[in-house]
Order: sequence, then structure tokens, then C-alpha cells
Amino acid sequence: MEATAWYIMYMPISGVNIFWPGLVLVGFSVGVIGGFFGMGGAWLVTPALNILGFPMAFAIGTDIAHIAGKSMIATIRHAKFGNVDIPLGVAMLVFTMVGIEIGATLVMYLEALGIVGPVVRWIYVGFLACIFAMTLKDILGKRKIEREAKEGEDVSMRRGVEWYKTFHKMKIPPMINFPQAGFRCSLWLPGIVGFATGVLAGFLGIGGGMLRMPALIYFVGCPTHVAVGTDLFEVMISGLYGAFTYTLKGRIELVAVIVMLCGAAVGAQIGTVATKYSRGLGIIFWFMVCIVVCMVSIILKQFGQATIAGVLILGVVAWVCIVILRICLVGAFKELRAKKATGG
Amino acid sequence: MKAFFYRLFAFMSVVYLLVPDLVWAGGPKAEMLVHVADTRLCSGVFLYFSNMYNENILMFGIWTVVVITALGSGFGFAMDFLMARTGLDLTSRELHE
Repeated sequence: MEATAWYIMYMPISGVNIFWPGLVLVGFSVGVIGGFFGMGGAWLVTPALNILGFPMAFAIGTDIAHIAGKSMIATIRHAKFGNVDIPLGVAMLVFTMVGIEIGATLVMYLEALGIVGPVVRWIYVGFLACIFAMTLKDILGKRKIEREAKEGEDVSMRRGVEWYKTFHKMKIPPMINFPQAGFRCSLWLPGIVGFATGVLAGFLGIGGGMLRMPALIYFVGCPTHVAVGTDLFEVMISGLYGAFTYTLKGRIELVAVIVMLCGAAVGAQIGTVATKYSRGLGIIFWFMVCIVVCMVSIILKQFGQATIAGVLILGVVAWVCIVILRICLVGAFKELRAKKATGG
Repeated sequence: MKAFFYRLFAFMSVVYLLVPDLVWAGGPKAEMLVHVADTRLCSGVFLYFSNMYNENILMFGIWTVVVITALGSGFGFAMDFLMARTGLDLTSRELHE
């Protein structure tokens, strides 16, 4: 096998030479971010792989395959914390798969009309703007409640965004208990949410974590941590399905996936453990930052500024990674010190 | 006047979405191109998988899913084993929204 330097690796299928420490770093970063937010991170891996030298079709396929493996690592860790509600995940999964197929059919229709690119991008931006507005409203509302509570006002009856309470009143059988998430509701509620996010994910060509995580919190009523874990469980299954179909199209670089998974194995632990030391509101805040960056990068791409978009995404991802790393380290040292002090 | 601006905005949006594809000068999409792995530069396990990719893509797809599942769960449980030795409580957490 031909090799120019130790840090360059030949990718046998795509036929390009790649700086492999860069792959490990990308895997690590997406592991941290994905473990913390419960999403695949396709929006950041694809441009990163493209910048490292993969042709775009290979960047997308390799990204999907890597996300399946990385989500598996993070789901195992989240399951230990009790963050994964498997009945809820399975209930949503069936509807999500049907939704993804319908979304993909819609894309084929738009492709036949020749307008798929801009339509998908602008709809994506629209949805990200809605999620941004929703999370911002929630954060501002909860901050206000905290402030008023500090000033001594009675805030016992006030909450942030709680649309799920209205949806939980829907008593259409079968009613199901979701023990980890801590509520009982009609199967149709997570089903409809799974279907809707599936259609969008299939239509937009993404894993859907960015849409499903807030939908689980605001529409289904999951605590933030359980939403993160359950979402990762879904990303894992749909990622494996996506990896298989992309492989049949011949656009996956398996060697790159393996190298990236080495970084993701460590990163996913850090991201997941950091959720233990972070408040739900903190997770939502940093999620909102990623949403804004993703939205801006899509707009930049629409106007032909793909390089600036890639640099912006990677810059902010590095910054958010450092923040999550800090949360994890500070929390872990504090816990170990407390254990030492109590002799535990 | 307001309604006029709304209509104008809607019209401009449609024009913006449709025009680039109507005036697009490129040829048909290259998605259907068959890609072949260059096995001249490969050896060992890389050669095995590259040959499989060229000759039996279905088998390569099945292998991809098996390798990802094995690596994902392998790394997950291995890291779990290592993390358990850090002294951190990794089985429970306090719920704080």
C-alpha cells in the first residue's frame, strides 16, 4: 500500500489520501456534541469530511455510517444513566420509518420538478428558525421564573413551554406507560411526533435528532435528559438503516468510519457524562447555539459560500466542545472530591 | 398596500427558488455513475473489502452494518468498562431541569 507520510491514510474506495488525525478529531467532536445533545451531528460531519478531502457524496454516506456507530456508543452510556426510554423509542421508531419513506418520496417528486435543492434548504431554515424561537421562549420563560422566585414571588404555578400537557389530555387508546420518561399517554402522541419528524428528516435528508429532541421535550413531555437518550436510540437504528442503503449506492468509506469511531468512542463518553453535571436548561441553551449556527451555515451555502459555512460550523463546534469538556471535567472533579471528603 | 407587499414577497420567493434551476446550464446529474475502488494500491484486509465493494455491493452493505454494529457496541462496552474505573457514579444522576 502506498503511503506518503504516517499522518496520511489512503482511502481504498474513494481513492483519496486523507489526514487521519483530522478524522479522529472530527469523530471526537461529534461524539462530544452528539452525546450531549442527543443528535447525530450530520450537519457538522459532512462539511468537515468535505474539507478534509472527501468528495461530497462520500462525505454524506460516510457521515451516516459513522453516526450509527457513534450513537450506539452514546446510547449504551445513556442507558446506564436511565436516560433511554426504550418503549417510547420503539413506539416512535415505527412511525418515524414510515415518515422517512414519505419524506424521501416527496424529495424524489421535487427532484423531478428540478427544484429540490433550494426548496429543501429554505424549509430546513424555516424549521430551524421555529425551533430557535421555541427554545428561546422556553429559556427566557424559565429564567424569568427563576428571577421572580429569587425575589420571593410565588411561582409554583408557573412553568416554561408545556404544550405537552394539552396533548396528554388526548385519551385515544391504547394508553401506554413510559416508565423512564415518567408519564402515561396515548401511543398516538409519540407516534404522530415520530411520523412528523420522520417526514421532515426524510425530506431534509438528515437523521432528525435536531428536530426530534425538542419535539420530545415540548410535544411529548420528556425530561430533557430522557429526550437526549431516547433520541440517540432512534438515531442509532435509523442510522444503521441509512448506512445500509447508502452502501448499496456505493458511497461509503468504511476505513474512515472505523477511524472516526475511535475518536467518537472517547468523545461520546465525555458528552454523555457531561449531561449528568448540566441542567436541562443548560443543554437547551447550547442546543440553541448549534441551531443558530446550522441555520446560518445553510443560508451561506444557499448563497454559494460553502467554505465560509464550513469554517463557521467547525469553529463553533470546537468552541461548544470545549464548553462541554469543561462541564464534564469540573463536574467529575467536584464529584470525586466530594466522595473523597465523605470517604465514599 | 400591505397585501401588495406580501404578494410581491411571495412572488420574489418563488422566482428565487425556481430561476436558478431553469437557467442551469449543466448536464444531467451524475448520481448514476458507477464508482469502482482502485485495488492496485490495496493489500490485506483493505484489498478484501475493496474487492467485495467492486464485485458484490450487497454483501459489502451487510458487512458494513455488521462492522459498524460490532465496533459501536464493542467500543461502547469497552469504554463503559474503563469509565467504571474512574470512580464516578455512572449509573444514576439527579434530575434538574
